Amino acid sequence: MARIDSLALDGVTRRFGAHAALSDLNLEIAGGEFIALLGPSGCGKSTALNCLAGLLPLTSGSIRLDGHRIDHLPPERRGFGMVFQNYALFPHLTVRANIGFGLKMAGVPKADAATRVERALDLVHLTDQARKRPGQLSGGQQQRVAIARAVVLEPRLVLMDEPLSNLDAKLRLEMRTEIRRLHQSLGLTTVYVTHDQEEALSLADRLVLLKDGRVQQTGTGEDVYLHPANRYVASFMGYRNMLTLPVLDADREQAVLAVGGERLTGRNRGSVGAGQRATAALRPEDITVTTAPGGLRAAVEVVEYHGREMVVQGRLKDGQEVHFTTPERLAPGDDVRLTAPEHRVLVFAEGPS
Amino acid sequence: MTAGGGRKDVALRHRLAERGIDRTLWLLLPGVAFLVVLFCYPFAYGLGLSFQPKEGGGPFANYRTFFSDPYLRETVWITLRLAVPAALINVLASVPVAFRTRGRFRGRRTVTTLLVIPVTLGTVLTAEGLLGYLGPAGWFNKALLEIGLIDQPLELVHNYWGVLASLLITGFPFAYLLTLSYLTGIDPSLEQAAATLGAGWWQRFRTITLPLLTPGLAITFCLTFVLAYSVFPSAQLVGDPRGSTHVISIEAYDAAFKQFDYSLGSAIAMIMALVMLAVVALVLVWRSTFYRGATGGKG
Amino acid sequence: MALDTAPTKTSPAGPGERRRLVARPATWIAWGVFAFFFVNLAGVIGVPLVDSFGERWFTTWLPEGFTTHWYGDAWEEFELGQVFSVTLVVSVLVVGLSVLIGVPAAYALARREFPFKRLVMLLFLLPILVPPITYGIPLATVLYKFQLAGSTSGVVLANLVPSVPFVVLTMTPFIEQIDPKIEAAARMCGARTHAVFLRILGPLLLPGILAASVLVLVRTVGMFELTFLTAGPDSQTLVVALYYAAFSAGIRTQQSIDAMAVLYTLSMLVLLVIAMRFVNPAQLVTRSREDT
Repeated sequence: MARIDSLALDGVTRRFGAHAALSDLNLEIAGGEFIALLGPSGCGKSTALNCLAGLLPLTSGSIRLDGHRIDHLPPERRGFGMVFQNYALFPHLTVRANIGFGLKMAGVPKADAATRVERALDLVHLTDQARKRPGQLSGGQQQRVAIARAVVLEPRLVLMDEPLSNLDAKLRLEMRTEIRRLHQSLGLTTVYVTHDQEEALSLADRLVLLKDGRVQQTGTGEDVYLHPANRYVASFMGYRNMLTLPVLDADREQAVLAVGGERLTGRNRGSVGAGQRATAALRPEDITVTTAPGGLRAAVEVVEYHGREMVVQGRLKDGQEVHFTTPERLAPGDDVRLTAPEHRVLVFAEGPS
Repeated sequence: MTAGGGRKDVALRHRLAERGIDRTLWLLLPGVAFLVVLFCYPFAYGLGLSFQPKEGGGPFANYRTFFSDPYLRETVWITLRLAVPAALINVLASVPVAFRTRGRFRGRRTVTTLLVIPVTLGTVLTAEGLLGYLGPAGWFNKALLEIGLIDQPLELVHNYWGVLASLLITGFPFAYLLTLSYLTGIDPSLEQAAATLGAGWWQRFRTITLPLLTPGLAITFCLTFVLAYSVFPSAQLVGDPRGSTHVISIEAYDAAFKQFDYSLGSAIAMIMALVMLAVVALVLVWRSTFYRGATGGKG
Repeated sequence: MALDTAPTKTSPAGPGERRRLVARPATWIAWGVFAFFFVNLAGVIGVPLVDSFGERWFTTWLPEGFTTHWYGDAWEEFELGQVFSVTLVVSVLVVGLSVLIGVPAAYALARREFPFKRLVMLLFLLPILVPPITYGIPLATVLYKFQLAGSTSGVVLANLVPSVPFVVLTMTPFIEQIDPKIEAAARMCGARTHAVFLRILGPLLLPGILAASVLVLVRTVGMFELTFLTAGPDSQTLVVALYYAAFSAGIRTQQSIDAMAVLYTLSMLVLLVIAMRFVNPAQLVTRSREDT
């Protein structure tokens, strides 16, 4: 029913005393879009979600839905659906009554409500469990009830607060697919909060990366993955090697860094200049072990077996740790030479990002 | 395990240990023995004594005396008429107060500390204070006279109202603190979830919070009722112990320690315990019709 | 939820959010009930306090003059020196014995699952749930029969009946939250049973034992019914002496009775302040840490 055209957050700020949990969040969400708010705990992503839901009043800023201000409305009048981190299922009501709760509150006629509840039960494959209480269900089933309860009203916006964080690894993968499937079949505009970059990448159309209440980068999964805006985003997106190195030479495109007596060339992403110190961000899987001369020399220290490949911790000549993956069988004490394609080495300015 | 007892002993010990029986249980012995001697035995002794009336007349003579003498029989009714309203008022008043104060707020510790005072002061001191405060020339009547609400001092002591007031003063903090602990046990995200599903404050309270709180309120009622039911010092001091507040505990005490009829005293104490258990059982049966599981969000 | 993460996490912290989710009428009722309650409580405590310092007080708001001589009178008249020493002896004995009997039992209940455990739990629960006057009458009858009542030992025995279970029920959850692996670790390090108790459990249990002791102390000093039923003339505690004094009002001067009431209030308040340093207020009235 209610498909929205746009949801605009404008300068949304929330303070707790002197502490700004969320500062100046600007975000435009299109109808049907799947947005992930991503960051570690305490970054402000849950605050943002609660502000959207109406569970937390804003300190300043505005939220507009199709041009109408909604930030002064209480949660029950916003018409959003929300999936809580701990599911927040009503323990004294059956699965069916949990899913039907919102319809009852909205005064939907009984017969109509019943069919819609049945449809929602079917959608999440829980028809057989409808008479049970939430306490009798497994974690994954409870999760599906929570989702069904949020989407049965066909809300204008679905909010999900780390819905998968209480599930074990296998179930998490299954539910991820399930959520993606539901989003595709219902086309509901969704804002999804998570601290798991893999989850965010696999689900979302666009990601919003937060740190200390401030947006670090907004973009598609590919954007954020391949072109992190700063050191912080890079380290969060799996650039495990953060080497602090002096800059030998730099222009707008490239930067050449010194590692002991050797050189590492990368993309200049932080407008660094020669003579400064910079940080080179590298993913372990972008590094290859080479026999050709010219790579960085490293001594192997720890080797972990990960099935198809080895995850290796080594030490560069200047004493910094380096992590890389390789199919080769290495042993502690081996000397190796490492290279990485120039466009996969991101050079950021040193200091606070 | 080179114990001297041989293999059989060791095997037996292992089997017992599997069911949780090992030497640690000896630690329980003093406590259990103590209670058996000083709690269970007196109860049984009293029960037996109640069937051996001092004056003779068959094992049930004491019970017959109690129920045939209207002055004695009335005490059950008088006690219930004090304890049930007192418990109800305390529980009902504590719900909105607990609701308002469940979050963190400045001065919370002060409020709870102040609330604990009447519980620790106990009934004797409360009664003593009420005598002066609610008396015809006391501050309460004076204040009402000054603002013109009444033109005759209200008679609030040496009758039903004085005892009720003392039960409220000692019982309310108790009920409030219990209710508060039940209320804070309900996951706040349940209410938030209801709010995102379109429920207003009253609907949230009626469909989510109240059903989850009711079992706790039933327990609170029971404990407050039991406290009020055994009212003794205040019924003697601020009440009218020979008339409108002639509660059952007074009669039990008088029979046993004033007339030295231990047998009748025990019989009355048994009746007292039975009536109390009946009310508690009734409330608990009603409670069992509600959901009583965990009140966290995970169900 | 840790305090430092609370503000940024989802729910229960924000004061503004709370205000929004809670019914506004409840706010008014709540503060109304509180105010009414505290005004009357102040009156109940204030009247004896003012009276005990007053000279003559009939129909005015305050007495005609102020004096302190009622306290001296009360001390003489009611032999308060003796009453205080009895109260002290009784409470110290009750606290000591109930800890000695109760803590080992609590340990066994916290650490072992065994047949009839529920029955044992019930046995420890009943003396707290059943009002003292109900079991006090048969208990006093039995104590009289064995010539134990009417003396300090009878009072102590009677007071132990609710105190031992109280220690058991407050200590059991406290012991449960001490990880049994800590004991196992100590044993793996070579500690024998007495060393485990002395060096590991003892220090860990001490805060719990202190809290339980203070609570038992408060309850014993305030316990009227059991002491009343079992005390003789020389074994009255303060609260019982106060009751007899109040009951004989008319024979004694009201002001000296009130002076005694104030002394009782003061000693209870001192204990209360001490108790508050150790425990959560809710623990004073309910029986265990959370009671849910």
